[in-house]
Parts: sequence; C-alpha cells; structure tokens
Amino acid sequence: MMAALIFEQILNGLQFGLTLFLMAAGLTLVFGVMGLINLAHGSLYMIGAFCCAWITQQTGSFWLGLGGGVLGAAAAGALIEMLVIRRLYDRDHLDQVLATFALILIFSEGTRMVFGSMPLYLNIPEALSGTVALPGVEAYPVYRLFIILAALAVAVLLYMLISKTRLGMRIRAGESDREMIAALGVDIKTLYTIVFALGAAIAGLSGTLVGALRSVQVGMGEPVLILAFVVIVIGGIGSIKGA
Amino acid sequence: MLLEVKGLEAHYGAAQALFGVNLTVNEGEMVAMLGRNGMGKSTTISSICQMVTPTKGTIEFRGQSLNRMSSHKAARLGLGLVPEGRRCFPNLSVLENLTAAARKGEWTLDRVYDLFPRLKERKNQSANTLSGGEQQMLAISRALMTNPKLLILDEATEGLAPVVRGEIWQAIAKLKKEGLSILIVDKTLKELLPLADQAVILEKGESVWAGRPDTLTEEMKDRYLGL
Repeated sequence: MMAALIFEQILNGLQFGLTLFLMAAGLTLVFGVMGLINLAHGSLYMIGAFCCAWITQQTGSFWLGLGGGVLGAAAAGALIEMLVIRRLYDRDHLDQVLATFALILIFSEGTRMVFGSMPLYLNIPEALSGTVALPGVEAYPVYRLFIILAALAVAVLLYMLISKTRLGMRIRAGESDREMIAALGVDIKTLYTIVFALGAAIAGLSGTLVGALRSVQVGMGEPVLILAFVVIVIGGIGSIKGA
Repeated sequence: MLLEVKGLEAHYGAAQALFGVNLTVNEGEMVAMLGRNGMGKSTTISSICQMVTPTKGTIEFRGQSLNRMSSHKAARLGLGLVPEGRRCFPNLSVLENLTAAARKGEWTLDRVYDLFPRLKERKNQSANTLSGGEQQMLAISRALMTNPKLLILDEATEGLAPVVRGEIWQAIAKLKKEGLSILIVDKTLKELLPLADQAVILEKGESVWAGRPDTLTEEMKDRYLGL
C-alpha cells in the first residue's frame, strides 16, 4: 500500500511540477527575450481560468472553454504588451515591477467587478472525469494525467518552436542583439508582441487546466506566480530548459 | 541616385555627434567614407540605418525618405548592414545566423557559401566558436542574405590577420564587380582606395571633402586621416 501511495504522490508532484513549468516557461520566455519582469503573469493565468469558466458555463463545453481561456489570455497579453509593456523595455526592473504590479491590481479588481468575489467552479469534462487504474494505484484521476500530458506536449512544442523554426531563431537573435536583428529588417516590436502573447497563452492554459481542479477566483494567480519565480530563479533566469 | 544624405545632424543625448554630413551613393557605385576615429563615420551609418534618429537633415534611399522610419522598415527597403564589431548572434548557429533574417532574392545560401566556403564547413557550429575573420564573413553573408540594394560595411577588416583581410577584400571586390552598391568605412586606404569610385571625408561630424579617390592628395591624407 505504501508503494502505491508514494507512486500516486509522485504523479501528483509531477502534475504540480508541470503546471508550474507552464507558468515558469511563459515568465522566463518573456524575461529571457525581452528582459522584462512581468508580475502580471499571474493575472494572465487568472484571466485564462475565468475566460474558460465563463465560456464553459455559457456553452457547456469544456473544450470551447479551454480554447477560449488560452485565446483570451493571449489576447489580453497582446493588448497589455501594446498598451503598457512596450513602454517598459528600456526602463529598469523596478519600474517594470511597479507597472506590472499595478496591472495585477487592475486585473484583480476588474475581474471582481465583472464576476464578483465568489469563486467560479469549473467542471472537469466528462471524458476526463473518470479514473484509471495504474500499476500500484487503483484509481488515478484521468484529468490529472491529462494535465501531465498537456504540459509535456506544450514543453515539446515550445522547444521545437524556439529551436527549430525561423520565428524561434529570430526570438533567440533578439535575445542577444535586439538592435541588430531590427537592422536586418525584422520587426522586433511585432515579434515581442507575439512572444508576450505566447507567454500569456501558456499562462492562460495552465490557469485553465488548474482551474478545473481548484476553484476559479480572484487572486488565484499570485501564489502560483511566486512559486514560478522560485522555479525560474533556481532553473536559471531566461532559460526554458531550466524551467 | 540610390542614397542621398543631406545636411545630416545627430545627437547622443545632449552631445551633438554629426554637424552636417552630405553623401551620395549612385547605383552600382562603391563609396568610401574616410576620417579619423570619432569623426562620425559610424554615427552616420547608424543614422542611415535609423538606429540613431537624426535631429536634422534628410536621408533619401531609392527615392524614399527614411526620416523617422523604424530601422526594420529602412532595412526592408534594401539596406544591408555589416556593423562595426560584426555583431553576429552568438547563441545561434552559422546557418541560423544566415537564415533568421533572410529575404528572398538572388542571394541564396549556395551563393553565400560560394563566396565564403568556410562558412559552409562551419554551418552547424555556434557563431561564438568562429574566429574573428569567420565572424566577419558571417556578418557580411548575413547582410547579403537579406538581398540588399546597398551593402554598408563598417570596419569590415579591422583587427583581422593579414591573410583573412586579403580574403575579405577579395570578396568585397567580387561583390563590387557584380554590381552591388557599397558604402564602406575602412582604415586600410591601400586596399580601399583602388576599389572605391567615390570618397567622402568626415571631420568632426561634418563632411569636408568629396571626390574621386585618385584625386586625394598626400597632403589631404595627412591632414584629415592622420597618415
């Protein structure tokens, strides 16, 4: 029995670690490429979860909600990049922290105004709500396995994107010499918006996935944000492999 | 006329760096920009590429004003910059350096590898493992891969061993022969002047002389270039 418990805990740990990875990957992507400390990353996580919960309630489909959560967070990310973040690249980190902290407050209060302070509940879709028997564990929730797989898929996709595609090359080139890549004719502003939206989408995805396990509420992003910061500091700031 | 710079002035913060630079490059021509260190050659280049925003004057390239244009748009009109200090992307491989910003045109990977066979041998190596000369070849090739109408070379042979310098000069001569327009800054007049069609001398941020390089007298070289 002991072994089963340990195995189950390992899986739980893996699932938790991978959701943290999703958060940390977005954060470190933005930090590594643009040198920006984005405290509002937790808010994007929350926005993803709220978009998903709301769409799921309206349409009854978790899958639509999941897509909506990711797209909603990406759109919110692109919007704040263009309106706020773009002005912060040349400032020092303290200004960035201040401005993105303000974004947290704005998003938290904004969400409270729209959805109220009662947590929303997100039901796990039927197809994933059962349990499976794994060696040693009689019943392990399918949904947690789904989170593990989804996070691994994102990790692989992200790795492919950064290391194999032209967009990834440009992102890495921008990381080392932003002025030079612009002088070669690459629109670095648009590139940054894309990177930021990508980071936001990943945050939204993890918010959505976790939202179904726990409740969706205002301020859900901040505890995760702090843990994610711990991850990227230990893993090496700006390194996706580290995360 | 391919590039026409008139009355260009530029500042770094409060300090004025350019006080009126005039310069023209015609189609297919190679123009040498001369002057001692700190006279504004690199600033002029940065201003043309819109990496420094000029405070006064006009820059016209292929009939379009570059004033207030962002640097990637200016580059897309056909400016190919080989910057001072090479500035290859160290965290990218040679191949990635070449393809990251490439634009379609007659310059392809094969042609670049033809020009510098050594890059082909090292295509999967990370750019920071290259020697200085190879990095210079990479920087030139990277600019060529964007298929520029005007290649801008800033100190392309500085700090290189004589043999490698020879290779780079050979490549530059070949590019010129193929009809590529080139704006070049270099300190080695012995190789530069026979190749160039026109020369411009900058002193204290101002263009003080322009003409054919063979009309440049020893006295002027001494006065403006400290040779």
